[in-house]
Amino acid sequence: MKIDVSHIAKLANLPLSLEEKTKFEKQLEETIKYVEELGDVETKGIEPTSQVTGLENVTRKDLAGPSLTQDESLSNTKSAHNGMFKVNAIFEENES
Amino acid sequence: MLFLKKMNLNNLTLKQAKEGLKNKDFSSVELTKACLERIKATEPKLNAFVTVTEKDALEQAKIADKALSDAVELPLLGIPLAVKDNFSTKGIKTTASSKVLESYIPPFDSTVIKKIKEAGCVILGKTNMDAWAHGSSTETSDFGASKNPWNTKHLPGGSSGGSAASVAADQTIAAIGSETAGSIRQPASWCGVVGLKPTYGRVSRYGVIAMGSSLDSPGPITKTTEDSAIILEVLAGKDEMDATTSPKPVLKYSQKLKKDIKELKIGISNEYFIEGLDKEVEKNVKEAIKKLEKAGGKIENIKLFDPKYAIDVYTIIQRSEVSSNLARYDGIRYGNGRGAFADEAKRRIMFGTYALSSGYYDQYYNKAQQVRTVIINDFEKAFGKVDVIIAPTSPSLALPVGATKDAAMFGEIADVLVEPSSIAGLAGINIPVGFSNSGLPIGMQIIGPQFSEELVLSVAFEYEKITQTEQWRKLKPNL
Amino acid sequence: MKYKAVIGLEVHVELKTNSKMFCSCSADYFGQKPNTHTCPVCLGLPGALPVPNKKAVEWCVQIGLALNCGIPLFSKFDRKNYFYPDLAKGYQISQYDKPFCLNGHITLQNGKKIGITRVHMEEDTGKLIHETVDEKKVSLIDFNRSGVPLVEIVTEPDFETADEVKEYLQKLQQIVRYLGVSNADMEKGNMRLEPNISLKKDGEKGLPKYKVEVKNINSFAFVGKAIDYEIKRQAEILDEGKTPVQETRGFVEKNSSTVSQRVKEEASDYRYFPEPDIPPIRWKEPEINKLKETLPELPNVKLNRFQKQYGLSLYDGEILTKEKTLADYFEEVFKIGQKNRVTAKQIANNIINKKVDIGNIVPAKLIENILQSEKKEDINADELRNIVRKVLKDNPGIKEDYKKGKDSVIQFAIGQVMYILKKKIDTNMLRKLILEELK
Repeated sequence: MKIDVSHIAKLANLPLSLEEKTKFEKQLEETIKYVEELGDVETKGIEPTSQVTGLENVTRKDLAGPSLTQDESLSNTKSAHNGMFKVNAIFEENES
Repeated sequence: MLFLKKMNLNNLTLKQAKEGLKNKDFSSVELTKACLERIKATEPKLNAFVTVTEKDALEQAKIADKALSDAVELPLLGIPLAVKDNFSTKGIKTTASSKVLESYIPPFDSTVIKKIKEAGCVILGKTNMDAWAHGSSTETSDFGASKNPWNTKHLPGGSSGGSAASVAADQTIAAIGSETAGSIRQPASWCGVVGLKPTYGRVSRYGVIAMGSSLDSPGPITKTTEDSAIILEVLAGKDEMDATTSPKPVLKYSQKLKKDIKELKIGISNEYFIEGLDKEVEKNVKEAIKKLEKAGGKIENIKLFDPKYAIDVYTIIQRSEVSSNLARYDGIRYGNGRGAFADEAKRRIMFGTYALSSGYYDQYYNKAQQVRTVIINDFEKAFGKVDVIIAPTSPSLALPVGATKDAAMFGEIADVLVEPSSIAGLAGINIPVGFSNSGLPIGMQIIGPQFSEELVLSVAFEYEKITQTEQWRKLKPNL
Repeated sequence: MKYKAVIGLEVHVELKTNSKMFCSCSADYFGQKPNTHTCPVCLGLPGALPVPNKKAVEWCVQIGLALNCGIPLFSKFDRKNYFYPDLAKGYQISQYDKPFCLNGHITLQNGKKIGITRVHMEEDTGKLIHETVDEKKVSLIDFNRSGVPLVEIVTEPDFETADEVKEYLQKLQQIVRYLGVSNADMEKGNMRLEPNISLKKDGEKGLPKYKVEVKNINSFAFVGKAIDYEIKRQAEILDEGKTPVQETRGFVEKNSSTVSQRVKEEASDYRYFPEPDIPPIRWKEPEINKLKETLPELPNVKLNRFQKQYGLSLYDGEILTKEKTLADYFEEVFKIGQKNRVTAKQIANNIINKKVDIGNIVPAKLIENILQSEKKEDINADELRNIVRKVLKDNPGIKEDYKKGKDSVIQFAIGQVMYILKKKIDTNMLRKLILEELK
């Protein structure tokens, strides 16, 4: 099976070097091959389980509580301006 | 005599330390200092910690001593603990052993930290782990592998390898770890300590850096079963901040350890004595089972679903969840950018992204979740016949340093024997049963149904009791 | 026109709950200091976990019920994975294959039903602000909005014109406001619209093979302009024998046009999977029934009732039921007015014509005002006729001028009568009386 590693890396937002792409492509193929033995297990009509607790309807009351302060919120960022997180300009959607 | 005792305070079990503190045989500061000194002396060989919080620890010990003198009673008052570095600690660097978070300082405590703090403990520091808990060796830590105290040329296992090594080396009285599939039990096995993986949802995940969200279970790593029970009492319970925690009442596990195991039905499955299983592991575990039989346990051979499929199920589910859980690390609000992920994280993100991507969801993710149902049903059937299941924890002894390098699925394959029960969210515990000729520990796991912590702990406790006088129990790592 | 427009609509409505969707930060973020309504959960800090807001979930279901949706008894949250700097967790908690509400509709004035495919619950993202800092173009992020509950309402491609879309939107806005679950204020971004538009040949069956989604529309007027522009643009392409590109376009306010957004299509593989952090929701029938029972009377029902119960015209009814507060005010006034034999019609006229400020005039006061003005009319007819006669007698010029065709003299006569009467009265009635006397 041929895997489009560049496409997957883009979806995963991972910057990969050419060398890494080659390496991961090979490993990805190995892993995919490995897990394909699951095909042996008959699962027709079996419901998937995404949670094992059996819990349902766990909610919280609509009560507002304290938040972090602005300083706390920004305490771990490398780049802030005017109380906001700062990143390189993102393509602005309504300008072109 | 007293002088000698003080020198080795760090060797105490939690139970012993509690008694000593209560009887004023020593103070929490003394106990904490003993641990810190041991850490200082052994860290160059072990690398069990990412961060040692000496100053904070002594501060907390002083406060604990004050409370002790006021006869305050708290379950962990004045007890030094080491915590895996994936538990958010307010004001203390929390890295998950990844460069991505090398300077991240959480502005909040995880629920587990909140609970142990409220129980009065002293936090010695944050222990090393496989980066993001991805692995079973600590070799994927961006801050260097930890070493096995029994032989520093070997690995402690992982991902809670730092916690297990720290307990085995008596750097701490006990430690907190977390398991997605094996990350408590397997390093406990390799390091010869007790590691309890509680039922999924028994202990809050809030503030624990997520790996596989539907699998992650925080739990204690301790010197004895009783210590494990004492800590579980503190950790367990419904948390308003974690919607997947169970509202089931928390039992007094430490007071319900003594249980007659006569008539206890112990299931043994050939499927768990897999091909390639280390001969000494096999021999020791089988002997251990015989000892339980001698003590009155009824051994029943049962057939379990082949655990090899659990590797596939676990790999797919865990990596899919990982790919999503690690999406928040974009370097904007905290931490370094996505380029700072090391190979193992990248591998898992890539595979998880692939498995969830358009056109493959049914083939991988959905299929894995269906087989998960098969595994759950299989255990349910088994627990209709037996009370607990006993099996080796790890198919191998602690592997030598370097063994896992560039093995694309090392962690997942090494944890084959613990994965099925993790996938089903069951309770399980590793207890030491002896040593190999090469002097490496051997562990055995006891698996019970969901919320059977009381039962699993009491079987482990019984085993400890009947093997109390065995020579190997007196061994200490030579560091 | 040889093409028929096929238009569907996605609307996002922000709920006005006290707290956010998955954490207890205040959801009232508008105009607040940036990044002060934030916590580990909505900032996506490592290890933080979501716990759903019960009220938000109930409100989402109530919106669905108000839109005639079925409520499946089993529902769950899913993760929608994509990267954007305003998306703290790298995924949005949303609903994929098990939304809270399915298969509803809104009926337009002309009787046409617009199908509602689904109504589901999700969370809002942070807000991006584009600025130049130190001569460098940057984007600034405020996460106060991150995690505010958002309900998405998706229609079938049932619209054919911009007017239908506008009417639907007004109705939808009215409904969510009636429910009291959102301010649905377009300007504040409480309500956001994304139409998707395509054209098919008249008589052609099935749906076109492409569709164009338009974003960045912040008023009902603009949605009309965007649709009209797209219809024209796509028709021109089709005329040339080509097929318009399937894409997302942005609305440009200054010239009412749309432009292609250079968003790559391949990026939209959201890798949905069930949210492992949130147990699913399972309703019991009585719970749904209870949510249904607690729905307020909806605008269309109220309008019908107002027409029937109060004998109001469609026009008056529509104005009075446009907003629930006004409708409630009207009914309150009516209740008080009944004791004073003030009719619904009088009240409606008063409220509508005099543009009563309902915030300032309490219902009892309004009745008082109406009675006051009624009283002025309530003058003895004989007395009035006598005064008219006296004025005409004292001012013979009035009759002469009137006969010459100078109608304006009537106004003078009215003034004279009023002067003597010292009261304000219905001038129409007085005019009639004077004319009678002049005959």
